[in-house]
Amino acid sequence: MSSSITPLIALAQAAEPVSRTPLVIIGIYMCLLFALGWISSRLFRGSSKDFFVASQSIGPFMLLMSVFGTTMTAFALVGSTGKAFSLGIGTYGLMASSSGLIHTACFFLVGLRMWSFGKKYGYVTQIQFFRDRFESKRLGYLMFPILVGLIIPYLLVGLIGAGNYIGGVTRGMFPGTFEAGAIPAWMSGLVICLVVLFYVFFGGVRSAVWANTFQTIVFMVMGLVGFLVIANGLGGLEAASQKAFENAPNKLAREGLMTPAHFMSYMLVPLSVGMFPHLFQHWLTAKSAKSFRLTVIAHPICIMIVWVPCILIGIWAAGLYESGELRVPRLPNGNPNPNAVLSAMVKTFMDSPILIGLFSAGVLAAIMSSLDSQFVCIGSMFTNDFIVPLRGEVSDKQKVWMGRGFIVFIVLITYVISIFKPTSVFNLGVWCFSGFSALFPIAFASVYWRRLTKAGVIASVVATTVTWSLFIYDSLGNKGEKWFGEVHAGEYLIAGVMPVTFIFLASLVALIIVSLVTKPPSQSTIDRFFPIKNS
Amino acid sequence: MKKVVYGLIILLAVIHQDVWWWDNGELVFGFMPLGLFYHALYSCMAAGVWAMAVKWAWPSDIEQWAESGDEAGGGQ
Repeated sequence: MSSSITPLIALAQAAEPVSRTPLVIIGIYMCLLFALGWISSRLFRGSSKDFFVASQSIGPFMLLMSVFGTTMTAFALVGSTGKAFSLGIGTYGLMASSSGLIHTACFFLVGLRMWSFGKKYGYVTQIQFFRDRFESKRLGYLMFPILVGLIIPYLLVGLIGAGNYIGGVTRGMFPGTFEAGAIPAWMSGLVICLVVLFYVFFGGVRSAVWANTFQTIVFMVMGLVGFLVIANGLGGLEAASQKAFENAPNKLAREGLMTPAHFMSYMLVPLSVGMFPHLFQHWLTAKSAKSFRLTVIAHPICIMIVWVPCILIGIWAAGLYESGELRVPRLPNGNPNPNAVLSAMVKTFMDSPILIGLFSAGVLAAIMSSLDSQFVCIGSMFTNDFIVPLRGEVSDKQKVWMGRGFIVFIVLITYVISIFKPTSVFNLGVWCFSGFSALFPIAFASVYWRRLTKAGVIASVVATTVTWSLFIYDSLGNKGEKWFGEVHAGEYLIAGVMPVTFIFLASLVALIIVSLVTKPPSQSTIDRFFPIKNS
Repeated sequence: MKKVVYGLIILLAVIHQDVWWWDNGELVFGFMPLGLFYHALYSCMAAGVWAMAVKWAWPSDIEQWAESGDEAGGGQ
């Protein structure tokens, strides 16, 4: 696109297209999800095992789609595009290629073993496993609020990302009704919560798996189509990248934007999947261990298919922004809002309202495919890890209803927070993942280290909680001089590396030292959880 | 073969740190920044190594143990 037509683009942006067709398509997509949720809930067998782990009936393809869809949220589409806009191509190495290695290692080394214990001993949640493995009911009461507390920011990532995206793409559709004529974040968040709640409420994890499969296909296909359309709008792939090369050359490399130490420390962040309770629940839905094979092989490729286009769109946006050909809404501090980059590119370079609608449905699909699993997981944990141990015998029907009730309660809390706390989707996601990553040594050691003790686990959880809380306060809450780190290119770093490095180390050291000086688990527990010699 | 697979996984972790073209912003095929191209290729290599892991390092013993009959009830 030549610079001579820059004023035309600016004029087009200022005029703001008012077609509501994209919104109609998004509405149709939501109706499809309602229908899918209703159909899958017809298959619900009424038991708590079916509600929480789909009676362990999920085959390879649906497991891949649900596990992949669950790990990809607003973080992957809205967040990665925004991060590439500000941090360049290094964003892919920070989270995507490392996840191809680390996520899959977690599935292979931890997930399979967790699945085997779930299958053998009938676990429905991660905490049930930990309670038995460490011979302690109370451990569950310690872990429950921490895991739920870490999931809430993850839910926020989805709702904030959706709000920002829908706000950007509907800008000008309702002049005089809403600010800037855009659907407000509270409204898009409300609709998304209600749709996901509907199918999760009635069908549990089975509905989540069905919806995830459908939504993952939608966002992968629409992501690719959208990418090609945007590239076409910019005059082709080469012209689009050339624009970034000329106007934002620093975004095409990593020099000056990140250091090798910073880059390397990001490798710890994807370890979070080994400790995500909602992913644990998806592992348990597998019909057999063989169901994991496709997920293990295809996961890195699926990540690449989604992330490479987003990173390219992000650096193209940086080039266009620098040359004045793209307007990106600003944050209160005057900087461009990274969460709004994707919607700005879609609105500017997709001519067809139908395509904008389809692409937007794809973005929402990515977001909702994570929210549903997290909702079910929260309900499962509340019922099985909090109420059942506390009250003793609870009927199967009561379990399902208590799970549903707690899901509604948490969704309500998250929804209210999402309205008041707009922040960077990528950074919020990284903080959430950092907490889970720091707890990963517990998951790993629980299946590989016989000497691991309950006290070691408690020490690890406490060390994680203290360091994570201190660092997140220093990063986000401390308005004065930072105590531990400094902000570089929008990232809070301590001694040049991600805070997760120190949180992880604190957790690991506490786990090992305290385990070594405390009483080991009983032989019967060791025999129960290490059934294979040399395993 | 199992050891080769685990060796390749460690090698993948090492070559992820591609400091050698840290400041290189060249475009491959006219549109793909070199660093991004390398990491996209890396994703494909990771899939290949995990395919090898499935073939040669699959924990069949754990699988057989888990499927040898349910003992459900623990943790409830």
